[in-house]
Amino acid sequence: MTALETVHAIELRHITKRFGQVVANDSVDLTLDRGQILSLLGENGSGKTTLMNMLSGIYRPDEGEILVEGKPVVIRSPKDAYDHGIGMIHQHFKLVDMFTAAENIALGLRGRGHDRRAVAAQVKAISDRYGFGIDPDKKVYDMSVSEKQTVEIVKVLYRGADILILDEPTAVLTPQETDRLFDILRAMKADGKAIVIITHKLHEVMAISDQVAVLRKGKYIGTVNTADTDPQALTEMMVGRAVSLNIDRPEAKYRDLRLEVKGLNCKNAEGVATLSDVGFQAFGGEILGIAGIAGSGQKELLEAIAGLQKAESGHVFYYPPHPKSDIAGNHVPVDKAGEELLGKTPAQIQKVGVALAFVPEDRLGMGLVGGMGMVDNMMLKTYKENPGPLVDRKPPRALAERLIEELEIVTPGVTAPVRRLSGGNVQKVLVGREIASQPTVLMTAYPVRGLDINSSYTIYRLLNEQKMKGVAVLLVGEDLDVLLELCDRILVLCGGRVSGVVDARTATKEEVGLLMTRVDQGEEGTVHA
Amino acid sequence: MREGNTPLVRLAKRDAMPRGQVWAIRVGSFVLAILIGALIFLLLGHSPFQGYATILDGSLGKATVFRQTVRIAVPLLGTALAIAPCFKMRFWNIGAEGQITAGAVGASWLALFCADSIPGPVLLVLMAALGALFGGLWALVPAFFKARWGTNETLFTLMMNYIMIGIVRWLQGGPWEGRPGSQIIPEFADNALLPRVFGVHCGWIIVLVLTVLMFLYMKYTKQGYEIAVVGESENTARYAGMNVAKVVMRTMFLSGALSGLVGFIVVSGADGTLHAEVAAGVGFTAITVAWLAQLNPFAMIAISFLLGVLEKGSDTLQTRMEVPASISDIITGVFLFCMLGCEFFINYRLIFRKGRKEAAIHG
Repeated sequence: MTALETVHAIELRHITKRFGQVVANDSVDLTLDRGQILSLLGENGSGKTTLMNMLSGIYRPDEGEILVEGKPVVIRSPKDAYDHGIGMIHQHFKLVDMFTAAENIALGLRGRGHDRRAVAAQVKAISDRYGFGIDPDKKVYDMSVSEKQTVEIVKVLYRGADILILDEPTAVLTPQETDRLFDILRAMKADGKAIVIITHKLHEVMAISDQVAVLRKGKYIGTVNTADTDPQALTEMMVGRAVSLNIDRPEAKYRDLRLEVKGLNCKNAEGVATLSDVGFQAFGGEILGIAGIAGSGQKELLEAIAGLQKAESGHVFYYPPHPKSDIAGNHVPVDKAGEELLGKTPAQIQKVGVALAFVPEDRLGMGLVGGMGMVDNMMLKTYKENPGPLVDRKPPRALAERLIEELEIVTPGVTAPVRRLSGGNVQKVLVGREIASQPTVLMTAYPVRGLDINSSYTIYRLLNEQKMKGVAVLLVGEDLDVLLELCDRILVLCGGRVSGVVDARTATKEEVGLLMTRVDQGEEGTVHA
Repeated sequence: MREGNTPLVRLAKRDAMPRGQVWAIRVGSFVLAILIGALIFLLLGHSPFQGYATILDGSLGKATVFRQTVRIAVPLLGTALAIAPCFKMRFWNIGAEGQITAGAVGASWLALFCADSIPGPVLLVLMAALGALFGGLWALVPAFFKARWGTNETLFTLMMNYIMIGIVRWLQGGPWEGRPGSQIIPEFADNALLPRVFGVHCGWIIVLVLTVLMFLYMKYTKQGYEIAVVGESENTARYAGMNVAKVVMRTMFLSGALSGLVGFIVVSGADGTLHAEVAAGVGFTAITVAWLAQLNPFAMIAISFLLGVLEKGSDTLQTRMEVPASISDIITGVFLFCMLGCEFFINYRLIFRKGRKEAAIHG
């Protein structure tokens, strides 16, 4: 480490932060230098975001002190943070949709910022310096996710920040966009900025950072030079024990046609097409990955199959497995004709055996009721099965207890509101319940969104188990590396169209990345200028 | 430096608080309300002890006043029970006032025009049923518009109150007017009046039974479960295969029907006739009751009774100690303020700036 007399851009000493009885950060020390990119690594709930929120003025530490350029400071608000040159780019963008990029950037600045031309000029200067392609006059609602992120970064730079914190910036980006972001980060580093990046993706940690600081359960484990470490060692620091990083891809014995989508068209409430002529087949005993930039129609596709979205036209045929087939390996090929799912209600489609586990950005989303305990959430789709007007909480209670044991769900109790569980546990509850319904088609979107390594691998294992049982698994994912390792085939969506289906065993990341932006060049070109 | 920069007090959200502590805060806030009330009495030149004694004596002291207190509490409890499922569903039904009135109209119609031809008990049951039906249908209108076109239920239900009250005014001065020019609807025949039990019309038994039923309905039935899910998230409800529009309309019908039943209890039990002020603000006060009780039916019994005590006691205060009516309103307001305010301290805690010593250690 650096010599004692070196002045660090940021130094955290013994920072402790409690939320009620939960200790989010327990006497954490950390240093950050100029011209350095530091990755902050840790499992879910290890306190990364909390720690950074204290730097950016959203929380205040209960104990310990923060030194900026060697001087102790108290950061009471994001404005204080900016005064010390610290700016944070949050996971959820904080932009006003109706405003232009320049207006958003100048927002909240007294005095300066009223002269639009001056702002635009300065934005342009920052933009050119680091290679952002940004149009100051474009409205935020017209922007792609990656453009919005760029605006957030420029906003922070415009306010004079030279210490930047990025909270999981790549979660919403394509591989190409991620590369571009990393180029920008490197340019800023060369310019003497100090950068902290929070990410779960180990290969990104290896690619971008100079040093890696690891947190585990709120405690500071240590800082290592990226050059001296590898993903395996980092994982062990993070988890506290050795973990295998290989994702299994077992071969199922049989592949039966289970679902056939033909010419599916959907429109949203505004009448804009969200799915255009989508067609594909999904097989039992296979994990079909669905890749695409956020908002390419993934959600609409799954919802249309589940009966939650009205389709304009097309077909979704379901081929039930032969009743004589079973898990033990007795296989009888499908002999029935397909059953049309479009036009059925969500409840009818569930009954057929199509389950949907969609994990949206807020993680609770529509699959779980945050204010209810696990028991009440378990019966969300099955409460009607009990005859009579009353609910029977015994089976869901038993299921909740079983899931807690099998999936190692950490919860104060089966009736504690699931909102209070950590993200990983919430997702285990959701995916666990869908699997417990013994579906024949399991559709899941972002099941490992924001999850730590351990929990992610639990989910992968669960999906593989379903596949080996002969279930057709549809997996919408955002991490291409994972999709390529876990899936059998990958369907790529772009602008609501199928731009290709690749064999995940042979395809490369670049190939999939290109397909993600290929179709509708004219239209897409304007969005991803 | 450090101390100068740290605010004196800051807020932090609490985890779940132990039950004992929660109740300590609630009792504490109640005591605080009593103390503030005492201060008001003192400022007016009255003895606080005498003031409170008058309130208690005037609302609970004698059998006659106790019965009047119960008569105030009964419609409050009934209506709070009625709006509880709506609020659980996050459907802001502030139209209980109109739904009570609609129920009262339904019940009165039978009482005024069929009392001769139908024997007592049957008449009362029919009045209750028609009252519930009228209240339910009146509530169904905004629910239908909400389910169909996404209209704002708060404004819709509120405005429907005034329509229904207007209708009763028209009935009062028109088709149902008793003596011409009186603007008064005649009193009901005896067989259209609720029998008394322990000196109070038996509406109190009805609402107590409803309390238990509502508790069971919300907690143990499929419909109660659906209401809770829709209230948390309509998307989740759709995903679970629920018909959200159906749940919304069914729940609103139930809510309106219960309010309508309260309307029946008021005209048939307390007032013995129909008039435009039949709801008398109960539909709004019941919202306070429901919230204070955190939608728990059993807690609603205590709170509506407490409000009954405050209202009846304040009445007595006015007559006996000759304080202005506004003072009794202020006393009631202080109690409600403290009781609602204490929930804030149950959910948040205050952190005071730490003393010098600790700062010195770290500084």
